[in-house]
Amino acid sequence: MRQAKTLFEKIWDAHVVMEEKNYPAIFYIDAQLIHEVTSPQAFTGLKNRGIGVFRTNRTWATADHNVPTKNQHLPIKELLSRKQVETLVKNCREFDIDLYGLGHPWQGIVHIIGPELGITKPGMTIVCGDSHTSTHGAFGALAFGIGTSEVEQVLATQTILQYKPETMKIEVNGKLKKGVVAKDVILYIISKLSSSGGTGYFVEYGGSTIRNLSMEARMTICNMSIEMGARGGMIAPDEITYKYMKGREFMPKGKDWQRALKYWQTLPSDPGAKYDRTEKFNASDIEPMITYGTNPGMGIKINDRIPKIKQQKSIANRNQLTKSLKYMGLKEGNKILGQKVDYVFFGSCTNSRIEDFRLAAKILKGKTKAANVQAFLVPGSTQVLKQAKKEGLDKVFADAGFELRGAGCSACLGMNEDKIPAGKYCVSTSNRNFEGRQGPGARTMLVSPLTAAATAINGFVTDPREFL
Amino acid sequence: MKKQKFTKIISTAVPLNIENVDTDQIIPSRFLKVTTREGFGKNLFRDWRYDAAGKPNKKFVLNDPTYNGQILVAGRNFGCGSSREHAAWALVDYGFKAVISSFFADIFKSNALNNSFLPVQVSEKFLQHIFSFIRRNPKIKIEINLEKQSVTTEDKKEETFEINAYKKMTIMNGYDDIEYLRSMQKKTIKFEKRRVNDYSISF
Repeated sequence: MRQAKTLFEKIWDAHVVMEEKNYPAIFYIDAQLIHEVTSPQAFTGLKNRGIGVFRTNRTWATADHNVPTKNQHLPIKELLSRKQVETLVKNCREFDIDLYGLGHPWQGIVHIIGPELGITKPGMTIVCGDSHTSTHGAFGALAFGIGTSEVEQVLATQTILQYKPETMKIEVNGKLKKGVVAKDVILYIISKLSSSGGTGYFVEYGGSTIRNLSMEARMTICNMSIEMGARGGMIAPDEITYKYMKGREFMPKGKDWQRALKYWQTLPSDPGAKYDRTEKFNASDIEPMITYGTNPGMGIKINDRIPKIKQQKSIANRNQLTKSLKYMGLKEGNKILGQKVDYVFFGSCTNSRIEDFRLAAKILKGKTKAANVQAFLVPGSTQVLKQAKKEGLDKVFADAGFELRGAGCSACLGMNEDKIPAGKYCVSTSNRNFEGRQGPGARTMLVSPLTAAATAINGFVTDPREFL
Repeated sequence: MKKQKFTKIISTAVPLNIENVDTDQIIPSRFLKVTTREGFGKNLFRDWRYDAAGKPNKKFVLNDPTYNGQILVAGRNFGCGSSREHAAWALVDYGFKAVISSFFADIFKSNALNNSFLPVQVSEKFLQHIFSFIRRNPKIKIEINLEKQSVTTEDKKEETFEINAYKKMTIMNGYDDIEYLRSMQKKTIKFEKRRVNDYSISF
């Protein structure tokens, strides 16, 4: 009998060009997505070697990290940001790579536009010089973030040197409670496994809760795999996946679609396939989540109290909590509910798709944000923005006192004009609450779009169920 | 491309006894806008090293004249977060040649190795020994021997560390991954030709 294989193993095995003892596998990459921040040094490397891009038709580019989200039709004000984006334009022209940059109707965050355009498909290997590349795993693709030296490897050879990671199955079963969405599920998992609990593993998410999620919700889950240290996260493709994919720009059509579909249907893990580790969670244990500390593993249920320092198991944990709470200006043992907030940010590759905006609109409709809060929404792509306008969400947001901006990474990482000032509290739908992540001294609390909307209305941390 | 090669580092060390040091701390995103690999060292740990006005924070270990050297010693889960290779470049540019910790984040580890910057993983117990050893004797040296895969403190305590055989060979000899992969290009082309069920592009 054929050996039972996991989804990961099937894709891995189909992409090994060569594997020799003591050597890492030479691993074939079906698609590389590039952006302006982690690619310039790789192109310089190619130029120094006097070589080109090996497979230009497997490389796609966009500008996202540095782009302003206001007045995108004007030249970028900040000199270094402008230069970096211009370098990408020049490199793409010189190396013959398709670029969906500023001004292009397909521009957006690299992990939003891949799935949106149908570049992302089941069974593919996808890399990008960005740790949130795991997002594409939602389609049953093997996708992971890489460094710039590896970006250069893939540009030069379409292959990368890789050791096979271990596999972990994370199962979530049962029905989610009212007001609990994908972001809460992943923040809950990370709070249980810690910010390093997944290191060394490639994760496959399964169980009835995951199976019942929409594609966009699945992307939110896979997106944050790296926040527990996992190189990637994936979900087996199913009818929900195919329905989402069909008809998109770069999808196979007609007979090609039928042939591809037949193959994709063979990808889900075989019954009895073995994982190196399995973790199980119950949907009924999950509540709306929020982070209080300075790594994504420091999260609690929104009604819980901030942990006490002396209850931490190790000295290192006590030190970490002490340092984090000092930075955050929060007190151990206190409730986080009711904490005053200065900014509410909707966006990032975690939560900037149309469904996220619909969630926000559900709560914001007919309401206005608190006067003490500055609130802005940044769509993940120009197409999401267009869709939001088509559905009239822009009016809901405008009436609620929210600014709806142009597409980009925005305040997720404090690299472009959108930053949170020092000492200010920001409730954010993004993925990282590291010190200074949203700007030097900024204090980030990670939440779902529902919790962000409810918090914006009250001006302090609020349980979204109050408005549902 | 020529790369620096080495087999041994003997140096004093700088203790950074903090866990979960993420790459946003190692090099904040606002310094990622340059398009070269050089010059990141001056902004290494920028927001811990300097206050908002740009004045050195005296309490931070890089500003403490007691400690210096080519080896950084850090708490577990070093290098978590963003995949930015700039973190490895900043550590190298500052003058570090290796970092000792009890656990490393995956992407940081590959990035470090790709820059011949050694991520040396030791047990938590040995890491704590090294921390207290440096605290007591800031001027005393630690030896990292890549050939033997060992870390030795001057009080003769030693532990071995893992490194994959391929990376060990490339770092010791200054070999380049891309030259190796390009030498295998015929195999890649053969692989492309024999592939079935590739629905990734060309529609």
